[in-house]
Amino acid sequence: MTDLAIEATGLTKSFGDTRALAGVDLAARKGTVLGVLGPNGAGKTTAVRILATLLRADSGTARVDGFDVRTQPGEVRKRIGLTGQFASVDEDLTGTQNLVMIGQLLDLPAKRAKARAAELLEWFDLTEAAGKMARTYSGGMRRRLDLAASLVGRPPVIFLDEPTTGLDPAKREDMWDVIRNLVGDGSTVLLTTQYLEEADALADEITVIDHGRAIAHDSPHGLKRVVGGQRLTAHPIDPVRYDDLVTILSGVGGGTPEGNGRGSVTIQVDGDEVLPDVVARLRAAGITVDELSLHLPSLDEVFFTLTRTRSGDDSRDPEELFS
Amino acid sequence: MNIKGNIRHALVLARRNLIKLVRTPEQFIDVTLQPVLFLLLFVYVFGGALAHGSQHDYLEFLLPGILGQTIAMTSISLGQNLNADIDKGVFDRFRSLPIARSVPLVGAVLAEFSRYLIVCVCTVGFGYVLGFRITTDPGLLLAAIAVAICFALSFAWVSVFVGTLVRSPGAVQGLMILLVFPLSFGSNVFVNTSTMPGWLQAFVKVNPLSHVVSAVRDLMLGGPVGSQIGWTFAWCAALLVVFFPLALRGYLRRA
Repeated sequence: MTDLAIEATGLTKSFGDTRALAGVDLAARKGTVLGVLGPNGAGKTTAVRILATLLRADSGTARVDGFDVRTQPGEVRKRIGLTGQFASVDEDLTGTQNLVMIGQLLDLPAKRAKARAAELLEWFDLTEAAGKMARTYSGGMRRRLDLAASLVGRPPVIFLDEPTTGLDPAKREDMWDVIRNLVGDGSTVLLTTQYLEEADALADEITVIDHGRAIAHDSPHGLKRVVGGQRLTAHPIDPVRYDDLVTILSGVGGGTPEGNGRGSVTIQVDGDEVLPDVVARLRAAGITVDELSLHLPSLDEVFFTLTRTRSGDDSRDPEELFS
Repeated sequence: MNIKGNIRHALVLARRNLIKLVRTPEQFIDVTLQPVLFLLLFVYVFGGALAHGSQHDYLEFLLPGILGQTIAMTSISLGQNLNADIDKGVFDRFRSLPIARSVPLVGAVLAEFSRYLIVCVCTVGFGYVLGFRITTDPGLLLAAIAVAICFALSFAWVSVFVGTLVRSPGAVQGLMILLVFPLSFGSNVFVNTSTMPGWLQAFVKVNPLSHVVSAVRDLMLGGPVGSQIGWTFAWCAALLVVFFPLALRGYLRRA
């Protein structure tokens, strides 16, 4: 299968008694984004570290851009860029020094390493901070420098391990734009995330992993069909109108409205077309709200739905259920 | 094996370590003030008693010893820094790059060259202020410094190994001091060894620090130049052969 840039089969890895990966398959076609979605401790980082040749799997095989991570790690390293969960830049070096160093380690002549550094700093909006030590950078700037560092050698395969964790929403959107540009240039990206919203915004396909196992693999559309697409949440200013609100929402969405215990009601909806309808009905009923939002299910909801809808019996092996 | 490329990569990372050193100038205290302090202490506290009243004679004897002792002490911070550095994200980046695995370690050791050079300059320079004079010629003085630095760069790998082995920088210091103190006191650094008991003399004879110090003394003060330098280089080779692979293995296990 030459059209796969990332191809992993049956990866397992244990740290002492802890089973980090219990047989994970991953596949990403060239020029696409594979989103690996899972909570903390699901094994996402371990999988990335194995694919990036930083760790050896206990068993299973993995190929990156056609090269085996176990037997041809040198070839793999020539083709990958890695942006870790914790920014892997040198805090005592300036932005420029960081990028020039990487360039020189990738055998760029000094002049070209400097030119490439300047180009990337410009692209990531870090030109002004180029001469400052990375320790003085904000979290968002550090992430951008980190991502820039993994792009110095124009790698065809890029691993982004939770690239937006800890960033505020505006910075997250900026990062998303950058990632979209990367794919536009033909790179293959493996992105791990804890947010369905992020996987939905960026990924062509999503693998959901939990407790070291892949429990679902689908397109964002397919996954959302399973987990029920968007949620609409509303919170009435006047708590007395809570029951009226529940009645109105029952009329627009599918399933039963769920309260969160703090006066908000959430219901599954089919798409954002319902929003004007909801607004009209609320106005007609004279209910004022201080929150009205459409959002994708949270990771908790995804897992809850995936395990509920696909298994009637919790004791069964999730892998059987999702194959 | 692409040796040229590896050397170039190691120099790039040595530059990184140098930048980090310069950014934290307090890292130069052990290579500047420490030899000065030891020279003053030993010459003026013990010198008179040890050399029958002639502090100048003792200074001549002591200075090559202090050079050897400071080099051993100086290596401690290399292991400490590496120990703290190695768990940082930037080492993940190094591991994901198409460079030899040993390059980050070699780079760190090469950067220490600058500190060892400072040790030599400070020790000999301050010795001159106190009245130390070589009795050979400047060429042999440079040769003495070269031998000392060669030994330092080899001994550094012990510290690198310990740095990859233990969990915290504090533990690196603890272990290295346990090693460095017997080596520097169970040697010919501070006194003539003829009054030591036989078993200790046996240790002093094989102690690598004794050989370096003897070689440096011979080169600075005029002695039979040859066998001690030979022994020193033999120890350099032995340290490299044993501790370079051990350090590399420790580093790879740490991933």
